[in-house]
Amino acid sequence: MARMTMREAISRALWEEMERDETVFIQGEEVGVWGGTYAVTKGFLDHFGEKRVRDTPIAEAAIIGSAIGAAMTGLRPVAELMTINFAFVAMDHIVNEAAKLHYMFGGQFKLPLVIRTTSGGGRQLAATHSQTPDAIFAHFPGLKVVSPGTPADAKGLLKSAIRSDDPVLFIENATLYQTRGEVPEGEDVLEELGKSKVQREGDDVTIIAYSKMVQAALEAADMLAEDGIEAEVVDLRSLRPLDMGPVIKSFKRTNRAVVAEEGWRSYGVGSEVAARIYELAFDYVDAPVKRVAQAEVPLPYNADLEQMALPQTEDIYHAAKEVVYG
Amino acid sequence: MDKNEHLKLYQEMVIIRRLEESAAELYQQGKIGGFLHLYIGQEAVCTGISSVRQPKDRIITAYRDHGWAISAGIEPKIVMAELLGKADGCSKGKGGSMHMADTELNFWGGHAIVGAHIPIAAGLALGDVYQGNEDAITICMFGDGATNIGFFHEGLNLSKVWNLPVLWVCENNQYGMGTAVKRASAVSDIRQKAEGYGMPNDQIDGMDLMNVREKVSKVMDQIRKEGGPYLLEIMTYRYRGHSMGDPERYREKDEVKKWEDEDPIGVFRKYLIDEKIATDAELDEQDQEAEAIVEEAVNFAESSPNPAPDTLFDNIYVEPTPIEYRGYEMAQESEEN
Repeated sequence: MARMTMREAISRALWEEMERDETVFIQGEEVGVWGGTYAVTKGFLDHFGEKRVRDTPIAEAAIIGSAIGAAMTGLRPVAELMTINFAFVAMDHIVNEAAKLHYMFGGQFKLPLVIRTTSGGGRQLAATHSQTPDAIFAHFPGLKVVSPGTPADAKGLLKSAIRSDDPVLFIENATLYQTRGEVPEGEDVLEELGKSKVQREGDDVTIIAYSKMVQAALEAADMLAEDGIEAEVVDLRSLRPLDMGPVIKSFKRTNRAVVAEEGWRSYGVGSEVAARIYELAFDYVDAPVKRVAQAEVPLPYNADLEQMALPQTEDIYHAAKEVVYG
Repeated sequence: MDKNEHLKLYQEMVIIRRLEESAAELYQQGKIGGFLHLYIGQEAVCTGISSVRQPKDRIITAYRDHGWAISAGIEPKIVMAELLGKADGCSKGKGGSMHMADTELNFWGGHAIVGAHIPIAAGLALGDVYQGNEDAITICMFGDGATNIGFFHEGLNLSKVWNLPVLWVCENNQYGMGTAVKRASAVSDIRQKAEGYGMPNDQIDGMDLMNVREKVSKVMDQIRKEGGPYLLEIMTYRYRGHSMGDPERYREKDEVKKWEDEDPIGVFRKYLIDEKIATDAELDEQDQEAEAIVEEAVNFAESSPNPAPDTLFDNIYVEPTPIEYRGYEMAQESEEN
C-alpha cells in the first residue's frame, strides 16, 4: 500500500496502462504541453511523445468522435473532456454513437474507449461549469458509467476501464483530487467494473453514495457513531451497470436507507436506488428511503449561496437520524 | 479495365438500382419499416469510388447507404435481409436501412445522425496512421446538407491539423431533405468550405462513372503521395424523394427529368456501346442477370428467419454485463444476487 492523492492514483493508473499497452493513448484539451488542466497528465508528453499524448482543438465532438473511430480500429483511446459540462457539446457522440454502435451493427464494432471527465460543483464556477449530470449518462444502455469515491478505487477502476472492450464514461470529482488514501501497489491490481462496495460496516442504517458523497457519507457515519448509530456506507462506484447486491444485502439488515448524490434529486441516482430498494426489498422497509441531493437551482457563483445549494455532510447526518427516528 | 470489368461495373449499378426499386415496393407493402432513403440516380458515385479503392481503404458513409454496402462487397441478399430486419442481415436485423456495415470488407457503416460520422472517420484514419497501416485512406461520404453542421467543421479541421489521410466526399445531390443548397449553405460550391481549412479540393461530375473513376484515382494517388486530407465535391442527383415519406414540394418535375436524361446507368451504357466495349444484347443480358440476382435476394430475405427473441439482449456490451431490466420481472432476478 502507498498513501497518495486521488490525482496521483489516476495519473498512476494512466501511466501504468500506457506502459503496458502500446494501443493506449490519451487525447483531449491541454493533456500534453500543459500537462492536463488538473495536472493529471503532467510529464506524460515528455515520456510517451506526441503520438500517444495528443493535444486537440477545443472541439468536443471531434475529441470524442475521433476517439470512437480510433477505438473501432482496435486502439484504446482515453479521451479527456475537461469537465462533464462540455460533454453536452459531444452528447451525440457519447450517447448516440459510443453507446450504440456495438449493438446497432450486430456486434461488429468494438469500442474499447474511455472518456475521462470531471463532475461536481463547489469551486465558484457558476451554473454552466458546476453541474453533476452523471445520472443523465447512466440512462443509456450500452455505456458504462463509473465514478470512484476513493483513490484506491480510482486507480483500480480506471485501469479496468482502459482494459475494458466497452465504452466507459469515467467521472472524477474535481474537488476530490487532493483527497488522500491508501492505494494498493502492483500494476495488475484491478477493481471490477459494475460492482458496489461496502466502505464502512454498520447495522443501523444504510447510506448509499458515490464519488464525493462517499467521503461525506463516511464523515456523517462518524458523526452518527457518536450518537450511538452505526451506519453502513455502500459506495455504488458504477452507475451503469448498477449493482444493487450489496445495497439490498445491507438494507435487509438495517431496514433504513439514505441515498446521497451531489446532483439534482429529480430523476436522479437517489430516485433510481430508492425505486429499486422498494422493488427488491419492500417487505424490509421500516422507514421511507431519504434522498439527499443538490437544491434544484442552477448553481450560483457566490460561495455561500453555492454551498447552501450543495448537499453537505450534515444533510446526510440529519437524513439518517430521521430514518432511524433518532 | 478489360471488358469483363466494365460489364461488372455496369451490372453493379443495375443491381443497386433494381434492389432499391424492389425495396420501395417492399416498403409500400409494409415489409420494410422505419425510414428508407433511396440512392437512385447517384449510383455512379459509389460504384466509381469503390472500383478504384484498395481493400485497405476504409469506407464510411451516411444513411443513404444501400448502394455503398453493395459496392463495398456485401451481397445483395444480405443487404435485402437487413432491410427486412432479418437474422441474416449484415447487422443481424438490429440496424436496418440506415445502418449497414461489414468490417471484414472495410465498410464501416451506414450512420444516421447527419454529420456525426465525420469526426468518427477522422478517428478511423488516425487508427491507420497510429498503427502504421501505410498508404491506407479513409473515404468518408456525406451529403451537402451535412456540411452545415458543426461535426463537419470539427472533423475537417481535425483532419487537417493532424494531417490524416481522409478523402472527404460530399455527394452533392442538391437538397438536404427538401431544402436546396442555396437556401441552407452560405456558399453554394461546397468545395469552397475546404479552403477555410487549407485543404486541397475539387468539384467533379458524379453522373459519369468513368469520370468519377478517373478523378478519384488521381485524388487518391495524391493523398497516398502527399498525405493529408482532401475534399471532393461530387455533383449528383437523387431521382426519388429524400425518403419514402417525401411529398416533394420543393422541386419541379422538369428538374428531375433533366437529371434523368443524364442517368448514370444510361450514360455508362452509351459509353460502352459507343466505345464498342459491349453490345446492346450483352448489356440486356447484364440487366437480366441483375434482375435475377435481386429477385433471389428478395426471396432469400423473405425466407430468412426473424432474429431470435433472446438476441434482443445480445451485443449491448462486449463483456458479460448484467442486463439492468428485461421487463418488470427483473425484480425477482436481481433479488438472487
